[in-house]
Amino acid sequence: MISAFGAGFLFGIGLWLSGMANPRKVLDFLDVAGNWDPSLLLVMGGAVAVTAVFFRPLIRKKGVTFITTQVDAPLVLGAAIFGLGWGIGGYCPGPALTALSNLSAEAFVFVAAMIVGGIVGKIPARLTGSLAQR
Amino acid sequence: MLTTADQKAGERSSLANFTPVASLLGGLLIGIASVWLLAANGRIAGISGILHGLFAQPPGDRAWRTAFIAGLIAAGFAWHLFVAPAEVRGNFGLGWAAAAGLLVGFGTRLGGGCTSGHGVCGLGRFSMRSLVAVAVFMAVGVVAAVVTRHVLGVAS
Repeated sequence: MISAFGAGFLFGIGLWLSGMANPRKVLDFLDVAGNWDPSLLLVMGGAVAVTAVFFRPLIRKKGVTFITTQVDAPLVLGAAIFGLGWGIGGYCPGPALTALSNLSAEAFVFVAAMIVGGIVGKIPARLTGSLAQR
Repeated sequence: MLTTADQKAGERSSLANFTPVASLLGGLLIGIASVWLLAANGRIAGISGILHGLFAQPPGDRAWRTAFIAGLIAAGFAWHLFVAPAEVRGNFGLGWAAAAGLLVGFGTRLGGGCTSGHGVCGLGRFSMRSLVAVAVFMAVGVVAAVVTRHVLGVAS
């Protein structure tokens, strides 16, 4: 429990330090037609550099299993719908949650809508048997 | 955050907002936090999955999910207290925020992950599903951002 809080806290600090928690910076990365900011490539690169070393051995050791392993239509459709929302607002789930600390209306509205979207999204996910484990 | 090294890099290049040092360090922290959650709790640090699981039936394991999200939000308050004050873009419409939130919530649930679950964690275990998901949400994200800002003229 303390470790989950600590991991969440460290994850959040990483989001703020990297600039991911700033939706304008995220959109400056996605908006290649504007004043492009490539910083977010380094965020993903730095994070994956760490997980690429430790994840596979740890997953084996912990016996973590994944429900779905195939590339299927819900995966592609879901990723596309997520990308659409990400490109409009500049928030993905982690940054949106930690941005609640801004006490801004946009963060509260976004997070509330994201929760509702997740509840609605459970219906097709359950129908197709691809309910997210992650 | 702008480090001194980033400030110098920005002055030298045409990419004025580029923060390579802070972004790389932040990325490393995100990776370390994900490894920590996996090592200590045996859980994948996919934020959308952790959040959606809180509202799933049956409720199941709410404690660690709540603790992780509390830590995530507490980090923001700590950041504002000790590093930089909260900065909010004042011009982004709440209707757009609601629409974007609905799409992100629905899409991450259907697609089984987001930037962290498919990106940080999925790519780290060389999952083909996650590679496809990342390619799709990056590509659509780019198109959506360009269209929203330049075609629809939404200030963001």
